[in-house]
Amino acid sequence: MFKVILRFSNLVILTLLVLSFFSFLLAYLFPGEPLANLSGVRYGSQEQLNTLAEVYHLNSNFLLQYWHYLGELFVGNWGVSFSSGLPLATEIARTLPASIELSTYALIISMFIGLPLGFLAGIRHHKTTDYALLSVSVLGYSIPVFWLAMLMIVVFSLQLGWFPLSGRLSLLYEVPKVSGFIMLDIWWSDLDNKSAIFTDALRHLILPTLSIAAFTTTVILRITRRSVIETMSSDYIQAALARGLTYSQILFRHGIKNAIMPILPLLAMQFTTLLTNAMIVEVIFSWPGIGNWLIQAIYQRDYPAIRVGMLAVSTLVVSFTMTIDLLIRLVDPKKSKVERVAI
Amino acid sequence: MSRFKLYQEEFHPSPLQHTWLEFKENHLAVGGLCCFLFFVFIILLCPLLAPFDPLMQKTDAILIPPAWEANGGIINVFGTDALGRDLLSRVMYGCRMTFGISIILVLVAMFVGVTLGAVAGMSRGVRSSVVNHTLDSIMAIPTLLIAIIIIAILGTGLVNSMWAIALALTPQFIHQTRDFVRQERKKEYVMAAKLDGATYYQIVTRSILPNMGEMLVVQGTLALSIAILDISALGFLNLGAQAPSPELGAMLSEGIEVAYIAPWSIALPGGAIFLMMLSINLVGDGLRSALRSRLLH
Repeated sequence: MFKVILRFSNLVILTLLVLSFFSFLLAYLFPGEPLANLSGVRYGSQEQLNTLAEVYHLNSNFLLQYWHYLGELFVGNWGVSFSSGLPLATEIARTLPASIELSTYALIISMFIGLPLGFLAGIRHHKTTDYALLSVSVLGYSIPVFWLAMLMIVVFSLQLGWFPLSGRLSLLYEVPKVSGFIMLDIWWSDLDNKSAIFTDALRHLILPTLSIAAFTTTVILRITRRSVIETMSSDYIQAALARGLTYSQILFRHGIKNAIMPILPLLAMQFTTLLTNAMIVEVIFSWPGIGNWLIQAIYQRDYPAIRVGMLAVSTLVVSFTMTIDLLIRLVDPKKSKVERVAI
Repeated sequence: MSRFKLYQEEFHPSPLQHTWLEFKENHLAVGGLCCFLFFVFIILLCPLLAPFDPLMQKTDAILIPPAWEANGGIINVFGTDALGRDLLSRVMYGCRMTFGISIILVLVAMFVGVTLGAVAGMSRGVRSSVVNHTLDSIMAIPTLLIAIIIIAILGTGLVNSMWAIALALTPQFIHQTRDFVRQERKKEYVMAAKLDGATYYQIVTRSILPNMGEMLVVQGTLALSIAILDISALGFLNLGAQAPSPELGAMLSEGIEVAYIAPWSIALPGGAIFLMMLSINLVGDGLRSALRSRLLH
């Protein structure tokens, strides 16, 4: 077990080193001065530029520069954005939680809907319920997430006027930022009209969350269904049937546990898909998340922001998947690697 | 197919026929196949079928509703957009662009992925756990995210987005091929070929690749739906195809400005993407379950 952890930490560190080296290389590959791309200062005085060159050791050789760049990354000096002039570390700290929050709620919703429906379809395999759920799920994962979001805006915001069009919170309210997760911040704050703000934030959340969750719900439904079918046709279930247990006894004592265990990591892996979809949907709903921010940075050719944003997103995704991978390996040593989703 | 034994000789369908027989049972999948063929028909013949030039602007015919609405006309069946361009022609050319580019991208990714995967699967010894794990962790990252990151580096534009998606699609083909080759090379028919003195190249091309066709088709449909989604998403975000070009995603992002007064300008391009994805997913699902039940019987 210790060996596994050691190997994984090696791997994670190696991957992160590669990613950070890549982001360092970007400073040279992007158009413009490497110093400007690293620090984000384009029009400084000569004195200021000299100081910055000193900080990044631009006069020493390439590898040494990378070493100092790493040091600056660890200290939290990620440079400033071309367009806003704000330190990138605070920008990331502001936008990343918003995206993670959106994806987490969507993951929770899709688990709550997808898992029971998947069980239902798996239990009623080759019956009308199964076919109906399967057909609906094909619809769900064929629909492009951005189109769904737009349709939702047109129907629920413009025509019916049930939900707000964009943003995270009505401009009337101001919630002090503690963690960056809006719901937690409201919970922790001591404002008088807490419940009103809470309702407002919830109303802002519903449309983006639902439009992201639609895809993942159907994927979870299909994964669960396949797992239930495979579990319920295995030998020990047949043996239990032969011993005279009723179907519901078998399902609750053996079926559910054995069907859910192998797919838990697959379900957790859906988080990365959710994060990507969230990045698109954020643009439509003007959600102040990392996707919206990164895409604005791409439009404005804000190279320091692209460099850091790419590093932050890929670090998050890679370390998340590798952690899940490690957990599976520790819980179930038989498994050599995560299987791909079979839907 | 009648299954009762009237004649003495038995009917033994070939694997391909068998798959088709299983596939045909699934009516939804057959419907999907028809829809897929319809799209192929459109993208092949759209210069002949489209009534107008997709880029032609008519200033006197702006935002005409589609023909089924009360004040729509029959000249522009799907109506026109905010610049007076005929939506039917634009959707047709858009299908050609989105769907056609996706097919090309999938073929390129498949070719590169299968080549690399075969090399990786046949080579032995040096394969370090680092390479394998890197590949596995890349597989866990959604292709669109990889594509957005690559575009962030390369800059926006249709050609760059094509590069990005092709690169992002390749790992899954490498992975599948590597696993398949590794699994097949233990089998006896490969051993027989080896005993006959076949080189690695001959083993791969003559023994293993012919068995891989079905897996590649299934994986290809999966990749095709991902490619369509990605290329239209990039077009929608203005990272891929740029505004005047009739790409379905780019059309959607243009339509968002007039979504309130002209809902058809986002409903129709989006609906086209949706139908394409639906037909491909139905065919892919049908093929997968046909193969699965063929292997069972």
